[in-house]
Amino acid sequence: MKRSRIVAGVAFSAAVVAVLAGCSTSSTAGSSTSSTSKVDAATATSAAAFGGMDGLVAAANAEGALNVITLPPSWANYGKIIAGFEKKYPKIKITSANPNGSSADEVAAAKSLKGQSTAPDVFDLGTAVLNANTDLLANYKVANWSDIPTDFKSADGTWYYDYTGLMSIGYDSSKIKTAPKSINDLLGSSYKNEVAIKGDPTQANEAASAVYLAALGNGGSADDIQPGIDFFQKLKANGNFISTLPTQATVNSGETPVVLQWSYNNLAWGPAAGGAGNPNWKTVVLPGTALGSYYNQAINKDAPHPAAARLWEEYLYTPAVQNLFLASGAYPSTLAAMEKAGTVDKATLAKVGGAPSDFVQLTSDQATKAATLLTAGWAKAVN
Amino acid sequence: MTTQTVPDTASSDPASGSTGTTVSSHPSAGPGPASTSSKRPRRLSLAFLGFTPFAAYVVLFLAIPAVIAVASGFFSGTGAFTFANLRAFTDPTILSAFRGSFLVSAISALLGAIIGAVVCFALLGTRSDGFLRTTIDAASSVLAQFGGIMLAFAFIATIGFQGLVTLFLKDHFGFDLNAHGGLLYSVGGLVIPYTYFEVPLMVLTFMPAMEGLKATWGEAAATLGATRRSYWLKIAMPVLAPAFWGSVLLLFANAFSSFATAAALLSQGGIVPLTIKQQLTSETVVGVSNTAGVLALGMLVIMVVVMGAYSLLQRRAARWQR
Repeated sequence: MKRSRIVAGVAFSAAVVAVLAGCSTSSTAGSSTSSTSKVDAATATSAAAFGGMDGLVAAANAEGALNVITLPPSWANYGKIIAGFEKKYPKIKITSANPNGSSADEVAAAKSLKGQSTAPDVFDLGTAVLNANTDLLANYKVANWSDIPTDFKSADGTWYYDYTGLMSIGYDSSKIKTAPKSINDLLGSSYKNEVAIKGDPTQANEAASAVYLAALGNGGSADDIQPGIDFFQKLKANGNFISTLPTQATVNSGETPVVLQWSYNNLAWGPAAGGAGNPNWKTVVLPGTALGSYYNQAINKDAPHPAAARLWEEYLYTPAVQNLFLASGAYPSTLAAMEKAGTVDKATLAKVGGAPSDFVQLTSDQATKAATLLTAGWAKAVN
Repeated sequence: MTTQTVPDTASSDPASGSTGTTVSSHPSAGPGPASTSSKRPRRLSLAFLGFTPFAAYVVLFLAIPAVIAVASGFFSGTGAFTFANLRAFTDPTILSAFRGSFLVSAISALLGAIIGAVVCFALLGTRSDGFLRTTIDAASSVLAQFGGIMLAFAFIATIGFQGLVTLFLKDHFGFDLNAHGGLLYSVGGLVIPYTYFEVPLMVLTFMPAMEGLKATWGEAAATLGATRRSYWLKIAMPVLAPAFWGSVLLLFANAFSSFATAAALLSQGGIVPLTIKQQLTSETVVGVSNTAGVLALGMLVIMVVVMGAYSLLQRRAARWQR
């Protein structure tokens, strides 16, 4: 892989140099001057290296830009979070690339754009992709590092949990009159051609999590997700499973009346979206063991805007932004500390409901095992 | 490619007739009039000057990416050379994706070719500069390029779960298009949108062959007492056959390499381009992105065979044109 990329890089850059010799030299000169500042931001492991937050803000302002990637505006309130950052730090312009991409797309972009000013600065990664790519990440600890529980972060600051949703069932109450009480309710004949998940589980973590949820509801466990695959095979055989990719649009038009996805996404597509949402869209988190999956924050080791990247992480872990995650229905990783310190938005917490007591998240070994089962059995089950 | 381009440029070179000394006829000129060739070095350099931008374009944006994509299949995730990725061709999921791709492309190509040929046949009866012919020509050029997300959306709006036609059939005739699962959202259902862009492409590629049928052949056959039926069966169809099958292959290749329409309709894979996407972007099954290169190789092999056969048939078909 590396070798082939080098070949590509050499061939392509040779061509570009040949054609655009003049332009390319001037642009390289421009970007190299901006990255040389007093502090080496790329290796700073905390705001203290900049002489405190003010120094970090000044360094980030000097860079004037931040590249984020695969952050859909309706996902866990990222729209508001990005807008809030731009308001708080008006000198830094955010470029949000490929909002609907996957964690793997983030890594691919970091590798292929390495050394360019358009490479992503920060990542929001699922755990499986994170574990395979820790060598791409810079170490950094936000100011309130101690608010993140110990098993929610790597000791050296390579990555840190940010927020998790719970797998939930969203449904259009104008079509489904009684709320599903268990996952097996979806097998009933009233759900014909109605149940969708967020993509191919061998590809998307959110879709795979729907399978894990089905496993938990059918005698499986985080160690054995086969019952989940069997559930979807039954769902398909009963004619209830549809392979349409659900979006806000398909939920509004009625193409996908039932969607298994993260609670914050189901909530975001309902009345919370105002005129753009489906007013009849309801969200159910099934009783019993809740399934979640924390997304991780991390900084690109080769970030083109290293100071702005660090400032972004500081911003994400401020109580104000952690409360924004909470308002979307996601549970931020500093929730317990915020409850203790009284910085949590109590009204929002009451509305969303406290964090579930019985919570399962697949460990990386369990996720690898699950992936093997999905690779072998999923396509057969639903095609 | 060079064998086609060089003689073309040479024959259009006004200097070739007067100054060139006739040495021999070009070896690959085929059944056409023997072209003359003169002092080679000078001629080649001139011809290649014009050819360079296109060649550079093809090398940069077609050859190099193709080589890189295929080569990536022969490296492991850590960058070591390996043949292990070839094991993908024994994976039943991947094999069924190849089967799905092949069947969808073959069926939509045949359907498109037959319907398109009938349209061409009907158009033969119209004036070649008439309103109907030019309109259909123009429409075909546009519709043959009407693919991707827009095409998928057009079909979702008509025969999707909440599509206009779906609801009309359900409300007025009690007929449920999706009684056996989402028709449009299955691998087999892809045949419908694919055929939609195959028909106009067939009209575009097959019409010149149809127009190449000389009226004098029909008259000669009639003079000798042949019926219209036997003229078509014994003369026109055999003459058109290479062009027809050539067009079928082109249509097949067109469908085989389509991605965006399928990606917008199917979220559970089932054809090779979607499997490649899955391998490249998966966040649950990690470390398989190099397998995508092997799948690209598989597609490339099929495309090379198809396009090779296409150019052979084209050469035969060209015999009767002009």
